[in-house]
Amino acid sequence: MNINDFKSNDEITWCPGCGDFGILGALKKSLVTLDKQPKDILLVSGIGQAAKLPHYIKANCFNGLHGRALPPAVAAKITNHNLAVIVTTGDGDCYGEGGNHFIHNIRRNVDITVIVHNNQVYGLTKGQASPTTDFGFKTKVQVNGVIAEAMRPLELAIALGCGFVARGYSANLEHLSWLISEGIKHKGFSLIDVLQPCVTFNKKNTYEWYAKRVYKLEDSYNPADKMAAYQKAAEWGDKIPIGIIYRQESQTYEDKSGVNKIAPLADADITDIDIREALKEFM
Amino acid sequence: MKKELTILIAGEAGQGMQTIGATLCRVFKDSGCFIFANQDYMSRVRGGNNFFQLRVAHTPSYTLRQKSDIIVALDKKSQDLHAGFIASGGIIIVDKEKFKITEDKQAFFNVPFYNLANTVGGSEIFINTVCCGVIAGLTGLAPDALSKVIKDAFIEKGEEIVKKNIACVKAGYDFAKANFKEERFYVKEGSAQSRLLMNGNEAIALGAIRAGCKFYSAYPMTPSTSIMDNVAHFSGKFNIVVEQAEDEIAAINMIIGASFAGARSMAATSGGGFALMVEGLSLAGMTETPIVVVCAQRPGPATGFPTRTEQSDLNFLIHAGHGEFARLIYAPGTIEEAFYLTIKAFNMAEKYQIPVLILTDQHLADSYRNIEQFDLDKIKVQRYIISKEESKQVSGYKRYQLTESGISPRAIPSWIDDTIYVDSDEHNEDGHITEEASVRVKMVEKRFCKKIAALVLEVEKPTAFNIETASTILLGFGSTYGAIKEAREVLGSDFGFIHLSQVWPFPAQELIQLLKDKKRIFTIENNAGAQLAGLLLRSTGIKASGSILRFDGRPFNLDYLVEEIGKYKDCSD
Repeated sequence: MNINDFKSNDEITWCPGCGDFGILGALKKSLVTLDKQPKDILLVSGIGQAAKLPHYIKANCFNGLHGRALPPAVAAKITNHNLAVIVTTGDGDCYGEGGNHFIHNIRRNVDITVIVHNNQVYGLTKGQASPTTDFGFKTKVQVNGVIAEAMRPLELAIALGCGFVARGYSANLEHLSWLISEGIKHKGFSLIDVLQPCVTFNKKNTYEWYAKRVYKLEDSYNPADKMAAYQKAAEWGDKIPIGIIYRQESQTYEDKSGVNKIAPLADADITDIDIREALKEFM
Repeated sequence: MKKELTILIAGEAGQGMQTIGATLCRVFKDSGCFIFANQDYMSRVRGGNNFFQLRVAHTPSYTLRQKSDIIVALDKKSQDLHAGFIASGGIIIVDKEKFKITEDKQAFFNVPFYNLANTVGGSEIFINTVCCGVIAGLTGLAPDALSKVIKDAFIEKGEEIVKKNIACVKAGYDFAKANFKEERFYVKEGSAQSRLLMNGNEAIALGAIRAGCKFYSAYPMTPSTSIMDNVAHFSGKFNIVVEQAEDEIAAINMIIGASFAGARSMAATSGGGFALMVEGLSLAGMTETPIVVVCAQRPGPATGFPTRTEQSDLNFLIHAGHGEFARLIYAPGTIEEAFYLTIKAFNMAEKYQIPVLILTDQHLADSYRNIEQFDLDKIKVQRYIISKEESKQVSGYKRYQLTESGISPRAIPSWIDDTIYVDSDEHNEDGHITEEASVRVKMVEKRFCKKIAALVLEVEKPTAFNIETASTILLGFGSTYGAIKEAREVLGSDFGFIHLSQVWPFPAQELIQLLKDKKRIFTIENNAGAQLAGLLLRSTGIKASGSILRFDGRPFNLDYLVEEIGKYKDCSD
């Protein structure tokens, strides 16, 4: 496969300079590296700027409702496990509107990859605070600054037992692409939270702001150490680490339910299911 | 010998009414009788007052009676609550010593069942099996047949428990034989042998399994939960994934994802859960993804009466969802209809790529009947997708290709070499987001207007009884079928009955034909707003003469309905 095999003819509607371009480029690069066929990839999204990404790649696309990317994604994987299922979502979509699904799908551990475009602001609705907006950040709604503490999705994911927790930066395409590839290869729910500057509505967390703070995790860092992972996940301020913060493989939903031991449920011949034995229980 | 007999067992939650009820159903069924049984339970695990009512007859029965011939009061409160509902010549079984009753009423049949349970079984928990034995003695059931059913029911709990239960049955049986010499409650054996004993939810679960449902997701909600229990029970045998969702929003979005990926899928809930699903319903409409959702109604608003029955979500289901899209709503009236219409719901959902809703209620969900074996040869499970074979030839695929019928050929991801785009935004034929006015118009016509027009032609015909000669028509939908059917038979030839098992698209043309020249039309509804009468007026211009409405959370029954209709009969038009 090469990058042109994933080219979509759909017009891109993101602002020039948007951090989403870096994520799109990194994802395409990963799909080439992993030699995936467009027909075997399913991109699922909710609503928001991140949710438009599936239209810009040639692959199967289910662009559902705001906050509801995860439920159809896991169900599609469970019933058709030939598909590599990747969710492209945002901080509002995944951590706000879809917060309950985020929590419970980490618990399910279906083998999907979730890429969260985390720009710490609402873009599509023009600049309100998101669950990850920094304390004190002023918007047209939060006129005196945000008074809620920012959500820490990586710490939450580690606490819930997520087996692959990573943070990337959209301006570091090579590194992000590597993270996405590792996430797709990981068996189970993989979370990749991507720092993504919003050039229109977030005048605080800019490319310049990140350039001063972002650093790659040292080679000596051990992502299997859960307590160290909590500490790394919590690092936010003068220094912000990117890389695989926590990795620990465990049995997936498909392993535990046994669906991956049989042909995909979608392929089952259902025209003539014999229920006579079942009916005997009612006689 | 009685032609029919109604038995009611009442007590606190946890006293085992369900065990007695299930046991008696099975024994009477095995003796060849027709049965209709329903549970009336409170939303609690212990205490309160619950009852199980069982009607045994020589001809098929479809509803309950207002009064009972034999009432078993397992506690004092039950005696107080149900003493007013003893049929003429009926009895109420009480433990006078335990309940500290000193008075003597003619209807009392005093059985020291607490004492018998303690001395024979060694524990109070055996009062339910003692009472089973008493009923067997009173009704002339063979004690061996009862013991066999008891053995089957308790075998998993060990030999010792089986032995104690059988001894308690015998003690109850012997007590009744020795102290109640009359045979007036004897029901002679019937001929209804190899039948299925089933309730509405079980029928829906089996229908879904037969229709090829491979993915089921729901959040537990009374009275829909036992559909999930039953699908889960058979999930291993039929390779079905049952996933308990974190909420109903997840449930409906999951089944949409599963269906998109190629697996037939279903969810079930009640009104409150359905309210959470509404956004997802609209998603199924927009993305043209087939799904089947059961809404087993209970009284609302809000939490309402969690364990009781009502038909107040008719308008809600018809109008649920933002935007305009096609849907189909079935309202089965019997256990048989619940089975066959569930299968049809899956076929129609796939054929038209729409959400199909099955509107039931607690009464249908929990009522048991012994029904004739399903006609399995009659069932057709049809696929309306691009098959795996055909998929190899597909290229340049457009998920929302404009066609004459409005239905675009549906491909399954990974089966075709091409890719599939589906979007909740307005989309073009390729499935990509669009803001074009002309495309919008074509897409609305496709997924709404054209599909509705086609669905109207496939409407499930109303079932009509005694329409030609009747001047008064009783009109109902869903679970009122049984009560109206039997009430009409009692009321005589001047009355006709029309049952609707599909409420959307509304069978307007069919009803205009059936109701022309009819002087009096009454809708019979388990709601306060006469929703069916309103729907009839809006859809056909026909104004009902009146509506008989019950909204106390209880189902109609034969006697109640005859009496209510009688009130109208008295005042001439």
